[in-house]
Amino acid sequence: MFLFLIKRFGLMALTSLCLTFVVFFLTNLQPNLEKLAKTQANNRMTDEQVISWLGRNGYDRNLFLRYGEWLGVVPGWQKVADDGKITGKCAYLQRDLGYVPNYCGLMQGKLGYTSLFQSKVEEIVGRRLWLTAKLMFWVMIVMVPSALVVGVIAGMREGTRTDRSLSTFSIITTATPEYVSGVVFIVLFSSSAVGLKWFKGTATSAMDDITFANFTLPVMTMALYGMGYIARMTRASMAEVMTAQYIRTARLKGVSFRNIVLKHALRNALIAPFTVIMLQFPWLLTGVVIVETLFNYKGFGWTLVQAAGNNDIELLLSCSIAAVLVVLITQLISDIGYVYLNPKIRVN
Amino acid sequence: MAPLSWLEIFGQMFIQFTPVWIALALIFFFSALYKRKLGLYGRLFDSPIGMTGLFIVLFWVLTALFADLIVTHDPLSQVSGMKNKLPGTPVRGEEGAYYLLGGDNLARDIFSRMVMGARFVLSIAPAATLFAFMVGVTLGLPAGYFGKRLDTGLSFLANMVLAFPVILLFYLLVTPEIRVTGIPTIMAAVLFLFPIAFLMMLFQSRYYTEPAKRNLYCGITLIICLWAYSGLAFNADPLGVFYMDPNLLNVFVSVVFVNSPTVFRIVRGITLDIQTRDYVAAAQTRGEGAWYIMLWEILPNARGPLIVDFCLRIGYTTILLGTLGFFGLGVSPESPDWGSTINDGRKLLSIYPHPALPPAFALMSLVLGLNLLADGLREESLKD
Repeated sequence: MFLFLIKRFGLMALTSLCLTFVVFFLTNLQPNLEKLAKTQANNRMTDEQVISWLGRNGYDRNLFLRYGEWLGVVPGWQKVADDGKITGKCAYLQRDLGYVPNYCGLMQGKLGYTSLFQSKVEEIVGRRLWLTAKLMFWVMIVMVPSALVVGVIAGMREGTRTDRSLSTFSIITTATPEYVSGVVFIVLFSSSAVGLKWFKGTATSAMDDITFANFTLPVMTMALYGMGYIARMTRASMAEVMTAQYIRTARLKGVSFRNIVLKHALRNALIAPFTVIMLQFPWLLTGVVIVETLFNYKGFGWTLVQAAGNNDIELLLSCSIAAVLVVLITQLISDIGYVYLNPKIRVN
Repeated sequence: MAPLSWLEIFGQMFIQFTPVWIALALIFFFSALYKRKLGLYGRLFDSPIGMTGLFIVLFWVLTALFADLIVTHDPLSQVSGMKNKLPGTPVRGEEGAYYLLGGDNLARDIFSRMVMGARFVLSIAPAATLFAFMVGVTLGLPAGYFGKRLDTGLSFLANMVLAFPVILLFYLLVTPEIRVTGIPTIMAAVLFLFPIAFLMMLFQSRYYTEPAKRNLYCGITLIICLWAYSGLAFNADPLGVFYMDPNLLNVFVSVVFVNSPTVFRIVRGITLDIQTRDYVAAAQTRGEGAWYIMLWEILPNARGPLIVDFCLRIGYTTILLGTLGFFGLGVSPESPDWGSTINDGRKLLSIYPHPALPPAFALMSLVLGLNLLADGLREESLKD
């Protein structure tokens, strides 16, 4: 088990390294850098001015060298102007530390400086991740229990009318992406055209203070899309368990249907949905980006869109690390959890 | 002229869709008549779910096909005075013409845009899914069959792409700046090679004992494929038949790239499972080549789950295309595709909800139809 974990963590590190390099490479392509120069300095710069701006800000050096700087294995570049003002990759740390350190990269726990938000990346990403974690928490609270209940009820008596209507409902929810259901919800529940002004159409105020009115729609929108899939998986696994031999035995023994479902079937039926729920996190990540944009909730997804749209390289790199880690860690948890839930499978 | 009531609006729309209804009726009549001879497709007509799904999917496919006959106005032209007008408003200065579903923010007809959007989505989504399948199958079969290093390497790559949040990948790959660097062309050049490789291998492994037949089939495929390849990937088709707008190519390639690792994983899993069957062992004993076994023994027996996944994946691709449009990536601003029209409409959602809703329902119904069709197919193919 220990060796398995070591291997997995090694693989995770390797994957993150490759992925961040891909992101670094793509954001540092020449046209992207030119766009960056134009957005940060002046939109009407001539080509020579762009090149000199890139040179002044250290973007004209070797790609691998700069990636090494970002990792913290190569000392950051520095330039001392005539008036003693220091510019360079680590210059933003001067105010806190009183001096400019040689290394300021991932290894030193420094993620860089975002010119978009005029702040340290780790502060921005941390704050935004926390906002998104709150959203995710409520989504999970709503989504998982309702999906399991729908799936179990549909699967315990396969082929009945309840089963068919619940299955249709789950198919409809999986066919409705967030940007469709979100729009429909806003029209239904918050527009003046319909008149049911129950909830708010934006969640900006939820960043400081979550209320029922401003958080219901984003949570509903996200929970609905993920729910159908989990419910269908639960239904399939429940239906399979209900045809197993030991359920028939229990039934012939005279156990009540309620007890069969709750005591005999449920535990075995929940193994498959557990993996599905864990693997749902990467999906939720995409959903977060859409929902946060739609409802203007300035969390992690919103930040990712802003960073990508403005080619804020260091912010984007940190966002991708965070996203990739979320995906890989949930994969790991789902693998380990699966082994514990299902004694038939052992890690070798 | 007085604005139309809701009943009249739906009546008008029903009449506009006449070519679709006629074609649908014909298809359903003849399919039901000969359903015993049509294999899996014919058996769809035994399952109400499958039939509903087929109905919805065919409706949109035919709508895309007959879009020119259905639209009431040019989807791009703006009529003054029709900005944000409600559904059923008569068009100013035109006798008997109405904006059936109202006008959008730029005074264009929403109904016509929705219909044209179907053409956009249905010309990309199935083709992109097909290409993703070609890539996934061509790589997944050997990964599962040979295993070892090849499998480890390819699986690592696939998992790496899958670990990327899709949106981030789109934001990195679908930008005007990326188009300047030529990366989409390189990706297209690589990804479009897989279908050619797949088809060549298919004929070579089967007919290598009959060189005459092999040369004929391989030659024909090679000529057609390379012709299409030069046009689609490099925009260098000498006859100008195959052509893809650089914007479209960028979107297409990215969607294929995002989808193929999942297909790879599915194919690899199925291959690992089927490989242990007796008929594979029999073929190996007969001394068949590895590619023959993969393409002519394993692949046909994996068709059930693959067809089902193909339907689901077209739906997923439709959602992805909508997502791209929603974030305004890769499509021109006036493009009538559903994602960008939803995005345009959402800005004024609380005052004018009507521009965003028709494309939203259209997208939802198409994906729902594909999901139902996949369910029906799964049900029927399990009956074997």
